[in-house]
Amino acid sequence: MTTSPAERPGTRYDIAVLGAGPAGLAAAVAAAGQGAGTVLIDAGARPGGQYWRHREGDEGALHHGWGHFRRLRRGLSAHGADYRPGHCVWHVERTEAGFTVHATREGSPRTVRAKAVIVATGAYDRQLPFPGWTTPGVFTAGAVQALLKGHGVPAGRRIAVAGTGPFLLPVAAGLAEAGVRVVGVFEAGLPTAFGRHPLATLRNLPKLAEGAGYLGTLLRHRVPYRTRTTVVAAHGTATVTGATVARLDQRWRIVPGSTREIDCDTVAVGYGFTPQTEIPLQLGCAMRRDADGSLVARVDARQRASVDGVYVAGEACGVGGAQLSAVEGELAGLHAAYATTGSAPDRRRLAGLLRRRAAQRSFAAALHRAYPVPDGWQTWLERDTTVCRCEEVTAGAIREAVDDLGATDPRAVKLYARPGMGLCQGRVCGYATTCLVARATGRRPTADDLRGMATRPIAHPLTLGALAAGDDSGGDDSGGG
Amino acid sequence: MTYPSSRPDVLIVGAGVVGAACAYACTAAGLRVAVVERGAAGGGTTSAGEGNILVSDKEPGPELDLALLSSRRWREISEDLGGGTVEYEAKGGVVVAGSRETADGLLRLTAGQRARGVDAVDIGPGELSELEPRVTRQAVGGAFYPQDAQVQPMLATAHLLRRARQRGAVVHTGTGVVGFVRDRRGAVTGVRTDSAEVPVVSARWVINAAGTWAGRLSRLAGAPVPVLPRKGYVLVTEPLPRVVRHKVYTAEYLANVASSDAGLETSVVVEGTRAGTVLIGASRERVGFDRGVSLPVLRTLAAQAIGLFPFLADVLLLRSYLGFRPYCPDHLPVIGADPRAPGLLHACGHEGAGVGLAAATGHLLAQHLTGERPDLDLTPFRPDRFEEATA
Ligand SMILES: Cc1cc2nc3c(=O)[nH]c(=O)nc-3n(C[C@H](O)[C@H](O)[C@H](O)COP(=O)(O)OP(=O)(O)OC[C@H]3O[C@@H](n4cnc5c(N)ncnc54)[C@H](O)[C@@H]3O)c2cc1C
Ligand SMILES: Cc1cc2nc3c(=O)[nH]c(=O)nc-3n(C[C@H](O)[C@H](O)[C@H](O)COP(=O)(O)OP(=O)(O)OC[C@H]3O[C@@H](n4cnc5c(N)ncnc54)[C@H](O)[C@@H]3O)c2cc1C
Repeated sequence: MTTSPAERPGTRYDIAVLGAGPAGLAAAVAAAGQGAGTVLIDAGARPGGQYWRHREGDEGALHHGWGHFRRLRRGLSAHGADYRPGHCVWHVERTEAGFTVHATREGSPRTVRAKAVIVATGAYDRQLPFPGWTTPGVFTAGAVQALLKGHGVPAGRRIAVAGTGPFLLPVAAGLAEAGVRVVGVFEAGLPTAFGRHPLATLRNLPKLAEGAGYLGTLLRHRVPYRTRTTVVAAHGTATVTGATVARLDQRWRIVPGSTREIDCDTVAVGYGFTPQTEIPLQLGCAMRRDADGSLVARVDARQRASVDGVYVAGEACGVGGAQLSAVEGELAGLHAAYATTGSAPDRRRLAGLLRRRAAQRSFAAALHRAYPVPDGWQTWLERDTTVCRCEEVTAGAIREAVDDLGATDPRAVKLYARPGMGLCQGRVCGYATTCLVARATGRRPTADDLRGMATRPIAHPLTLGALAAGDDSGGDDSGGG
Repeated sequence: MTYPSSRPDVLIVGAGVVGAACAYACTAAGLRVAVVERGAAGGGTTSAGEGNILVSDKEPGPELDLALLSSRRWREISEDLGGGTVEYEAKGGVVVAGSRETADGLLRLTAGQRARGVDAVDIGPGELSELEPRVTRQAVGGAFYPQDAQVQPMLATAHLLRRARQRGAVVHTGTGVVGFVRDRRGAVTGVRTDSAEVPVVSARWVINAAGTWAGRLSRLAGAPVPVLPRKGYVLVTEPLPRVVRHKVYTAEYLANVASSDAGLETSVVVEGTRAGTVLIGASRERVGFDRGVSLPVLRTLAAQAIGLFPFLADVLLLRSYLGFRPYCPDHLPVIGADPRAPGLLHACGHEGAGVGLAAATGHLLAQHLTGERPDLDLTPFRPDRFEEATA
């Protein structure tokens, strides 16, 4: 990529886009296309995010929408946006003139200043605990997919894919096509709800066709697909040697007598997604609990968060798949460009984007209805089942914090029993802990509960040395606080 | 547990560590106790601080006497509750002097402290690196305080309340006090709350243990005490093997604790925890209740921690948190009965030592309420001292 004048130390961009997945790429291309000085910052080595994750030299044989990705990648350089891979953003600070983005690159501090920020940090797999889920060989579905897409490495030889949601299908299909034996896809839900939302279905035929394609692949490879069934325990100590599969009732309690053992060396699990909301939370943006139970940033029709100059696009403001993310990103890019440079977007383009966003959001809402996560999973746990793996906190310890110590919310439980205090800072166990505490106190999880486990002033660990040093290349940031 | 049919003797407003210690001591003295807390128990400043129980950081004077009493009470309480349950640990404090000048000042301080009963040992660089092998080689000496201890503040609060409940106390969380009930002669006889379940709670005495919000509560009672917020951050590192053995801080910290300077002051206190993380605190700033994170402050804390322990430069920072210490202009807490509002007592304004001083605070108030002679003279902590000062 060329070095534009904007890259000189101390320069302020119009727009900093955080995250280079479908949402961030679309945002950066749209903003730069409008003439805004744009920088795209991403932790990964290559653009594409989770959806277009790829290896060096991989030109998309295994990917959906690769043409779209290539167009975006071309647009990025054609419009002169700066692209900064390998930058982990750990804090975004509001300053009088806009924002200072604090990142580290290979451990060294880097700062970038901009008038507006577009947060497009995506989401990661939501995990639910079950006996044995911390055994080596149990992965998230996303991690299995990332290993395959990003490194060309299958996670195991006999893989069980379990959880809920349509995104289990591409994972299983990808594995099967790579020659891995997929012993089964165990879908805990019973996704029939689509039939009841014909409108959403009609508008999104292409997306369903994608799903049908994956199902076809599974059929071809003779991979069993079971609904209202899931992996409720993994076995083995050093590595996974097998798993227990059970049928579930409507509330996801195990149907008595339905458990059976399967032979596998790997389990890939995903129960939906958890959006990465550290940055909106740092900036004090209003949040809400989405239909799928996740904490997301509130945005208005222009993808603006409640804080001036902050836009959010993609999964960070609601999970809905790659296409919705890209549409939201483009909208955010156009609006942020207008707000910072006054360059007005084409009305017809905007209208088209709004239509697509509405259709895809209603599809996303239908998906969330079709794949709910009822709290019966809590009955799969034993008292000694680990919930927080970093701090080795069990389900029993969480229960005690409520029953014996009188904790009434997840934040108190975190301070009593330490779930979410370890290396991952509650990214993995935050959702499960919130649900366990809510149920133990006889209520439903709230946005505040989720916020208590998701607030992280340091979005990414950095060394104290890097913090103390600050950045001497990216301009002065000492006066921000 | 059944709700006591008769009205409680004592109603405690605020279930932070101070309110919890009051509930513990009052129930131990045989009083009937109710606690009202607008949020969750421990959810105020208690959840945002560290749990140091220090005698080392106090100059000779009433606060030091309070700290010495409190440190003894904490040892007894932790035995009663089970030291492990509240993570009580008497690990000792090490104060490091970076220059000859500071070292001389420290010598004068330790001499004064010893005269008041503090166990303070002056140490040279050799003993220092024996106590703390990884401490900076720049240090010229320091002091060792074996009495310095700690608890985990949230667990301490929970277990103090739990014991109080076992002795019949009733704790209403999610119940905020919005006003006071007074009788014809103006004496406080209870509180009004924002909860439909317990709209009014009557009691013979009401204790204001509302922490940093105690000033607001005291105004509702028409007996104001000036409690203000003083913001502080703590940095938490990744878990490490036990590399920092004591509470280690720079002698400059002592100047900051006592300071009235409105600006930012940071002087670092470094300590290892059971979980292996290293805690780095704490800054002191007067910026009201601004919850915004200020990077320059975090940066300064990090730099000072590295100055004390150079190896920390390569250690990962996992998170930071912040809170608002409840402070009074003269840096002493408010403990005792308020002559302006009979029936009202205060237990607030402990600034950066509320955990440490909680045990003595509860103990002294329980003594006062049961007509016993308090172990310490409460005059320096009296609630109406601020009016005298301005009058
Ligand atoms: C297993 C799996 C299968 C899926 N299959 C499909 C499918 O078949 N069809 C479909 O439509 N969708 C699918 N999805 C969903 C799809 O991947 C997402 O909808 C899409 O990637 C979201 O786009 P995004 O731009 O919001 O976020 P992402 O693609 O997640 O991109 C976010 C980017 O932000 C970066 N980032 C995050 N935090 C920081 C930080 N602090 N500093 C720097 N960079 C940061 C990340 O590195 C990443 O590059 C699947 C997802 C998974 C996990
Ligand atoms: C960064 C930092 C580090 C610290 N380190 C230490 C340390 O190492 N050692 C130490 O001893 N101290 C330390 N402190 C100080 C210590 O945390 C406080 O002094 C102590 O927690 C105060 O306890 P409290 O019970 O008075 O207040 P809080 O814990 O704030 O409790 C007061 C309670 O009153 C409730 N309340 C307020 N108004 C109402 C109302 N109207 N109705 C009902 N309830 C109400 C609040 O919700 C709150 O829960 C530190 C503080 C900070 C910020």
